[in-house]
Amino acid sequence: MIRVVLPAHLRTIAKVDGEVRLDLDGEVTQRAVLDALEERYPMLRGTIRDHGTKKRRAFVRFYACEEDLSHESPDSPLPEPVARGTEPFLVIGAMAGG
Amino acid sequence: MSGVRVLVGTRKGAFVLTSDEARKSWKVDGPHFAGWEIYHVKGSPLNPDRLYASQSGGWFGQVVQRSDDGGATWETVGNDFSYDGVPGEHQWYDGSLRPWSFTRVWHFEPSMHDADTVYAGIEDAALFKSTDGGTSWTELSGLRTHDTGKQWQPGAGGMCLHTVIEHPNDPDRLYVAISAAGAFRTSDGGQSWQPINKGLRSGEIPDQDSEVGHCVHRIDMHRSNPDVLYMQKHWDVMRSKDGGDTWHEVSGNLPTDFGFPIAVHAHEPETVYVVPIKSDSEHFPPDGKLRVYRSRTGGDEWEALTTGLPQDHCYVNVLREAMSVDSLESCGIYFGTTGGQVYASADSGETWAPIVRDLPAVLSVEVQTLR
Repeated sequence: MIRVVLPAHLRTIAKVDGEVRLDLDGEVTQRAVLDALEERYPMLRGTIRDHGTKKRRAFVRFYACEEDLSHESPDSPLPEPVARGTEPFLVIGAMAGG
Repeated sequence: MSGVRVLVGTRKGAFVLTSDEARKSWKVDGPHFAGWEIYHVKGSPLNPDRLYASQSGGWFGQVVQRSDDGGATWETVGNDFSYDGVPGEHQWYDGSLRPWSFTRVWHFEPSMHDADTVYAGIEDAALFKSTDGGTSWTELSGLRTHDTGKQWQPGAGGMCLHTVIEHPNDPDRLYVAISAAGAFRTSDGGQSWQPINKGLRSGEIPDQDSEVGHCVHRIDMHRSNPDVLYMQKHWDVMRSKDGGDTWHEVSGNLPTDFGFPIAVHAHEPETVYVVPIKSDSEHFPPDGKLRVYRSRTGGDEWEALTTGLPQDHCYVNVLREAMSVDSLESCGIYFGTTGGQVYASADSGETWAPIVRDLPAVLSVEVQTLR
């Protein structure tokens, strides 16, 4: 079970409160987590990653275990505590004003 | 009982303002989608309960919201505006080429011919169509791939397709306008397009007879006279009497012919409204006086409408999507400002009063007449 924390605006769009919990088969990577998230909440498609290229949007960040994983390969394994569900995968709106 | 619903998009959310026919007392509902830029909210002419809202922002991109109960509740619908095929490139400000890239939806045009059809005008400029109420979108790519497409370049506000007008009697005929490319027309439902910019004169481009490159800010039409189009260009107010084949200037005695919105009276096809703005760099009314100008002669002869509008120290702007009219017996005119005021006139512009004064900067105002 993977725990995902979404920023407030995306929780509103997905109509969820608190953490999202996802069950994943196979290796736990950014891509696998985001694929599962978008499968469960299709209204989030395009808000975190580009529809076509699946690249992270410029002002979105991915954190876990007090590390910025935004620039890691989407196919790299996420930290073990995220895969075990003891630590959440954080989707963050970058500090970019507005 | 009849009334009106005013749909207001702002920099930080959407607001729904409702009133009865008197238009004296208003209910203000919002903000919807708080914190997001709402470029446009518009209702279906065939089903007034169906509304579309363009919700966007720098962090999380584009979301499309649809309401089927007049704005009480909203559901997300499709937000995939992928260009048809390999997008190719257009000119950038410095003359270099840059790939077409989706930024946001500027304008929704729910069809007057089919309740599930809606058009979306986007930045970078392209026109999309949905025939399933916004669930899925298909680009009408004949526009973007027009021979002139590579010459299009953005205006200061971005290369946006901001105006979509359906012909009232011919569903295959559409007019669109793009900043800073110009106006275009299709007669085959969007498969092929023709630039319709003859007669436009723009000091910002080297060739005054250029087929494209004119910065059209807004076009409007009266349904009873669809060959007559009115245009607020970057500078100049223009009129066409032949469906855009040719244009001639009707700025007449306006104090300045720069501006953004233009709107036609609901019952008088030759009565037109503009809000003169001082210049392309001074985006505020001349002399600090907020004045709507009305022509009852299809342009050229204009009168200032000021009663109830601030006539001292007013330095707001009125953006291209931010003026609209209702179709009650006594036609109502509405506009919103970058200072957050939404003004209404229930008597064709003779007198004005603010509905609200302190919203975030207003990006768009659309009005639904409810019967």
